[in-house]
Amino acid sequence: MSKIKTSNNQEEVKAVSKKKRSPWVEVWRRLRQNKSAMFGLAIIGLLVFCAIFADLIAPYGIDDQDLRARFITPSRDYLFGTDNFGRDILSRIIYGSRVSLQVGFIAVGISALTGGALGAIAGFYGGRLDNVIMRFVDILLAIPGILLAISIVSALGPGLQNVMIAVGIGSIPSYARIVRASVLSLRDQEFVEAAKAVGANDFRIISKHIIPNSMAPIIVQATLGVAGAILSAAGLSFIGLGIQPPTPEWGSMLSSGRQYLRDYWHIATFPGLAIMITIFALNLLGDGLRDALDPRLKS
Amino acid sequence: MQERLLEVRNLKKHFNTKKGLLHAVDGVNFFINKGETLGLVGESGCGKSTTGRVVLRLLEATDGEIIFEGKDILQFNKQQLREMRKEMQIVFQDPFASLNPRMSLSEIIAEPLVVNKVFSDKLEMQKRVKELMDTVGIAERLTNAYPHELDGGRRQRIGIARALALNPKFIVQDEPVSALDVSIQAQILNLMDDLQDEFGLTYLFISHDLSVVKHVSDRIAVMYLGKIVELSDYNSMFKNPLHPYTQALLSAIPVPRIDIKRERILLEGDVPSPINPPEGCRFYGRCQYRQEICRQKTPELRDMGNEKYVACHFTGDLRPASE
Repeated sequence: MSKIKTSNNQEEVKAVSKKKRSPWVEVWRRLRQNKSAMFGLAIIGLLVFCAIFADLIAPYGIDDQDLRARFITPSRDYLFGTDNFGRDILSRIIYGSRVSLQVGFIAVGISALTGGALGAIAGFYGGRLDNVIMRFVDILLAIPGILLAISIVSALGPGLQNVMIAVGIGSIPSYARIVRASVLSLRDQEFVEAAKAVGANDFRIISKHIIPNSMAPIIVQATLGVAGAILSAAGLSFIGLGIQPPTPEWGSMLSSGRQYLRDYWHIATFPGLAIMITIFALNLLGDGLRDALDPRLKS
Repeated sequence: MQERLLEVRNLKKHFNTKKGLLHAVDGVNFFINKGETLGLVGESGCGKSTTGRVVLRLLEATDGEIIFEGKDILQFNKQQLREMRKEMQIVFQDPFASLNPRMSLSEIIAEPLVVNKVFSDKLEMQKRVKELMDTVGIAERLTNAYPHELDGGRRQRIGIARALALNPKFIVQDEPVSALDVSIQAQILNLMDDLQDEFGLTYLFISHDLSVVKHVSDRIAVMYLGKIVELSDYNSMFKNPLHPYTQALLSAIPVPRIDIKRERILLEGDVPSPINPPEGCRFYGRCQYRQEICRQKTPELRDMGNEKYVACHFTGDLRPASE
């Protein structure tokens, strides 16, 4: 075999740092440039902080009733006013963030894990298994989410745990479909074939090659899903199927404030604002993550 | 006679499609001697990449035998298959798709070692990764870089390093340079040549680029629509092609000299569909020497002496069709 002459002055790759710069670091750098996403992240950070240190921050206890101080409009002593039992609304909202975040994250955890696993199995193995799983998902999808949640809660009975399960099951289909779609496109990639060629088993291929590469859409969906889950849980509580009073949950606070809406606007308004701002922040972060994870928008 | 490392007998791979049975590989026979490079050429869709993958059992063969070091690997169970994977590796066409974008270069190169639990000591594994990077000419400071930070040529070097990690005897090169610039192509081809000498590797080199195949191969197999039509050593293939398809193919190689006028054989029509192909010679519809027998009987690969094999009824006796 003859040698082809090549010039050996290969240009050096420009400034590749020795430091490990994983693609996730790159994503974080891009996310930081997005002001509205960072704003959303800050609000969520504040919320998490409130939830963790509720005991220290809240000026009054959850159930401290002061019947002499009922229906007080926002003032210096009671920043958000008090309700019909004389409970401080600000304190209850701060404690309520615990419940809401718990519901949001755990419900999304349930649906992302089950939905993701179902989708990954369906996409990776294909054939009959794929058909069975996806038809099951289609059945779930055919039932409106809130209706499904209502029927599950009425079957299991109200309560924090059951609300999380109900809301979680309702959003399994979207995760299953997203994961299946990205697994389908990744399954035939050459790097998966290369892993097969060196003898990697299915578990390693799915966990090391397929899942890390299909994380981007799941993260976006999960962030937006937390917002949806909080809203669904609040909705269920509002119609009396969710978390029961006296637990301070934003949806049920909103619901109990409803009767006094005409005379005392603040009882329903502040829990409503809390829900709204949380959802808004999560949506901003979700949108920002979607942009940051999209390689086509690399700047 | 040289020692045969790999022999493929009557290999078939059919795919079920909605339109019918797709005969991607349809009765392929060839062998590769130890330390040599067999070039496998053919136009796109003729089944050459499928052949490469079936030989490594990345796709399951429909029928046939693949004898590697005296054993039929199609009969291997899971355990034997794992052992076999250490001996046979593949370098892929697209260096952008064949490296996992979420893994650093050292993780990619180390994967075969991790999967097969070659080293129990982490430091020793890192030493081996460094050694491999050095072998393929990748600077050590790129250990923790990610594939997207590299150009195509360097990525392909990583792909080669991964294939070498387990010290294989045989490597399928699935169009390893067709996605690269010409100048980089030469570097990669030279690298593979060096590695072949250094480690005594045997290559199955799949390509549609005749000039590349001409450069690297000891022997060449020409594929057309799932079948090998001609198989011979490098010299006799280019000096004296016997199959009408090979003749047409070789006449298409540009000659970079202005005073030589090439006579091109222009083929009429298109490649027929590999779905439910009819009996007879696959090349029948486009051959200028076709006779009645070509339509009725499929020509088998015949030994023409000197390790030259041709699948044509009229080898050495081609007369233009009478129609």
